[in-house]
Amino acid sequence: MTITTDPPRTAVAPEDAPPRLLRRPSGYAHGLWGWLTTVDHKKIGIMYGVTAFIFFILGGLEAMLLRIQLGSPESTFLSADTYNQVFTMHGTTMIFLVVMPLSAGLANYLIPLMIGARDVAFPRLNAFGYWVFLVGGLFMYTSFIFGGAPNGGWFGYPPNTLKAFSPGHNIDYWVFGLQILGIASLTGAINLIVTTLNMRAPGMSLFRMPIFVWMSVIAQFLLLFAIPVITVALFLLMFDRQFGANFFNAQAGSDPLLWQHLFWLFGHPEVYILILPAMGVVSEILPVFTRKPLFGYQVMVFSGIAIAFMGWGVWAHHMFVSGIGPVATSAFAASTMLIAVPTGVKIFNWLATMWRGQIRTKVPFLFAVGFVTMFTIGGLSGVTHGVVPADTQQTDTYYVVAHFHYVLFGGSMFGLFAGAYYWYPKLTNKLLNEKLGKLHFWLMLIGFNLTFGPMHLLGLWGMPRRVYTYPSGRGWDFWNLMSTVGSFLIAISILVFIVNMIKTRKAGPAGDDPWDARTLEWTTSSPPPEYNFAVVPLVTARDDLWHRKYTEDEHGRAIPRVTSEEHDADKEADTDDDRVISAAATEGTGTIDATVDGGTDSAKDGEVDEGHDDEDRSDEAVHPVPTAHDLHIHMPSPSYWPLFTAIGLAVVAYGMIYRVWIVAILGGIWILTGIYAWGMEPSAEPEAEGGQHVPVDEPDQPADDDPDAPGPGSPELEPVGS
Amino acid sequence: MSGRRHRLLKCSGVVLLLLFLVACGSKKTPQNSLSPAGEYARTIDNLIDPVFIVAAVVFVLVEGLALLFVIRYRQRPGPEPVQVHGNTRLEVGWTLVPFLILVTIAVPTIITIFKLADEPPNAVNVTVIGHQWWWEYRYDDLGIVSANELHLPVGRPVQLKLQSVDVIHSYWVPRLNGKTDVVPGRTNHSKLKAERPGTYIGQCTEFCGLSHANMRNRAVAQTPADFDAWVKGQQQAAVAPAANTDAATGMTLFTSKGCTGCHTVQGLSKGAVGPNLTHLYSRSTFAGSMFDLNATELRKWLHDPPGVKPGSKMPNLNLSADEIQKLIAYLETLK
Repeated sequence: MTITTDPPRTAVAPEDAPPRLLRRPSGYAHGLWGWLTTVDHKKIGIMYGVTAFIFFILGGLEAMLLRIQLGSPESTFLSADTYNQVFTMHGTTMIFLVVMPLSAGLANYLIPLMIGARDVAFPRLNAFGYWVFLVGGLFMYTSFIFGGAPNGGWFGYPPNTLKAFSPGHNIDYWVFGLQILGIASLTGAINLIVTTLNMRAPGMSLFRMPIFVWMSVIAQFLLLFAIPVITVALFLLMFDRQFGANFFNAQAGSDPLLWQHLFWLFGHPEVYILILPAMGVVSEILPVFTRKPLFGYQVMVFSGIAIAFMGWGVWAHHMFVSGIGPVATSAFAASTMLIAVPTGVKIFNWLATMWRGQIRTKVPFLFAVGFVTMFTIGGLSGVTHGVVPADTQQTDTYYVVAHFHYVLFGGSMFGLFAGAYYWYPKLTNKLLNEKLGKLHFWLMLIGFNLTFGPMHLLGLWGMPRRVYTYPSGRGWDFWNLMSTVGSFLIAISILVFIVNMIKTRKAGPAGDDPWDARTLEWTTSSPPPEYNFAVVPLVTARDDLWHRKYTEDEHGRAIPRVTSEEHDADKEADTDDDRVISAAATEGTGTIDATVDGGTDSAKDGEVDEGHDDEDRSDEAVHPVPTAHDLHIHMPSPSYWPLFTAIGLAVVAYGMIYRVWIVAILGGIWILTGIYAWGMEPSAEPEAEGGQHVPVDEPDQPADDDPDAPGPGSPELEPVGS
Repeated sequence: MSGRRHRLLKCSGVVLLLLFLVACGSKKTPQNSLSPAGEYARTIDNLIDPVFIVAAVVFVLVEGLALLFVIRYRQRPGPEPVQVHGNTRLEVGWTLVPFLILVTIAVPTIITIFKLADEPPNAVNVTVIGHQWWWEYRYDDLGIVSANELHLPVGRPVQLKLQSVDVIHSYWVPRLNGKTDVVPGRTNHSKLKAERPGTYIGQCTEFCGLSHANMRNRAVAQTPADFDAWVKGQQQAAVAPAANTDAATGMTLFTSKGCTGCHTVQGLSKGAVGPNLTHLYSRSTFAGSMFDLNATELRKWLHDPPGVKPGSKMPNLNLSADEIQKLIAYLETLK
């Protein structure tokens, strides 16, 4: 967030500034330039979402190729080599280019809105993270053009991935591509963690944060610690492949299991990185559509934290048959079973949230319930993996493929689709069509179960993973065919979703709060203005928006808050008196809201009206109520440098792969240039130079530059030169 | 109320049907891990069956409740719901109960892990060596080297020492035991035991490169008498074919075309890259158990090995049809 008093103290006076290579894009750029140079977390979130959705289509098409190949025994649809490339890219795509960035996109878009911030802590770093992700993904996909995609599996076990056994450049694309993507994840994690810890609106204590913010931040912490682990592993593999080192070369006396320990020490937390944000989405959606608060908020938070901690102690359950011995396998069996406990708690709490609700079975809710029911199946098969002797039968068979698709598709993807339907009106001010949405849901649910349900049987009947073909006579033919049929149903369901988005372009406005929701993102307009909130909200309760709209009667039932002064008595009787005094509750504010988005919804109007007579009673919220003085919103300026710098990474990688060292060095210089120019450029330009002053109709303020004047929300935080 | 019971019945019906499918598939599913044919696989099966039942109960409970709640608590006219924020007692309950269930699963699990790790007494010792993409068996005590088809006497355990010459493989005969990875630079251990004579099939389960799917194996369990006879046969050197036969010409080709550089035929060559062919025709499959062993399949194979088995280390020697015919005639003498 970059709210500065005027003029921004970080700005370098023009005459002292080093000469610029490129003139900075001025103002709030629109069109393509606007997207390429944006530092707005919402635009970046949308770009993450759109890009990841395109990769989802690609990964899905790869899955279709795999399923067509396996639809019949001894199929010759794909060659062995093509199949190995396609299954490697399917896994790598879905994990690194779909589920992770979809979660990152949602977090990017929503966290600042949900915690009442105007932007993220490091806006340019945020843009950089997105561009690096895009560059990394495209880089990896160019391998299809330049001689073949990675073909060593998403897990890339050496020695098979060493030069001796994989002499082509396929694996090199994977090694460098994942290192690039790691940079994206790491910068994203740092940015979102700092944002959440430092930029919460006044009164937004940690235990008032929406559960989605909690789960996302936990996932970001996992990323922060997990990405370095795989980076080390990839770095060693890179040295083995590029420079003839022997970290994993058994012939030279190394132990290839080193890779597996490193990879899964990253890989298992990664599983939770993929699932926790979706759990957060579901935990937001169920309360809204059951019209009850999340059952056991604290337990949900702590079970998330427990999962994150325990997630570091289960990695060797991926290695139960690798020969690590009975003591190690017993220990990891126990830890694997233990981690099922906090996961189970979450499932029961979701069920309890639905108990005695008034359930609106809208599409987001259906997908959320789809998550709960499908994820449960994945969780149960997960427990059977913890039974080590049974795992020696199951591992590396289709039973495992079934298991993790129930977790990552039935879990993460259902959760993310729930989120897509739920927040689509916030992004676009248009509600996705319910009928098409329901068609999408049921097709996907049936297709999903038809595709992956039979894989449990196939695995138990002995069908290994990662086989490009299988002989008939193993009893696998029928269910493989069914599975292929199911995959087509999934594809059709995705088409329905795309059609829905296209049709929705013509839909009327959804309004700011179409679901009668609970959290802060629904208090601002749809889509939100660039600065999110004209006035940073003052938060006095968990589910703050709900408490602005509803209170509880003597039986604990929700009743609408009365929006006039008649009911002062009623309010005084309210034990749960965490009514909001919005920072907007000054005389000028109504005007501000009106000018900003041309009209506010009724709930908000009501709240503004009665804001006067309530006081924040929270003992935690001791932030000063910001004055109008702070409404002089100064947003960070767009920048070329994140994109410029990110491209340099691909240049280095191409140079390294093809051993054209001059290209690699030029790429390095490119990156350094980008970083230097970035460092020399102020986060927010002074207005005279085309800096971005959001036109809020604010009361005139004397330019009284008290540098220590607290910015709303984060008194200590200065604009960060990111 | 009756509707609810109906739904629950339906749910449990589906689960039972699934379990039934799992249980009855063994006849037509020769690689079925749920139809054990030996002590170790049976130990595993006995452990997992109750776990599946517990899982099925939890499945029915959770899915049933979810369905029930979605239907029962659909929006209806009336006041807003009571705002229940949580219930500590309930939440502690559904933390502790799963924990206790998992402990009751963990204890027998760990006991079984150690039981299966014991080295069996009076075992036949076999070193299993993984190659891209076939298995080599060395019965060091008996002086036998074979490939792809492991012979074992019924009722007697076989102790396996697992090694790899190239990448990581995984050795698995589902009806006899779980799998164990075969990691270059390490020696892992596993064991097999069969209850009845028969051929039990398996395949490599660790992705090991281009032809991973084609790296298959068999375990042939024989009565002790049959096993002893097999051992005696394998211990013989190959008998050179009579002069002036196709087979004799084939043997000459076997040398002149360079086959001897990779393949051992005891008494003729000492190649160590490909499978030992001394008793090829005592086996029923070849090329990593990918093909049935007969003249037709051999002809296709010798015509272009990498063409029928992607990535095969055996190159295409551009043999003429006649040469292939003679080579097959020779190979057929290697019994």
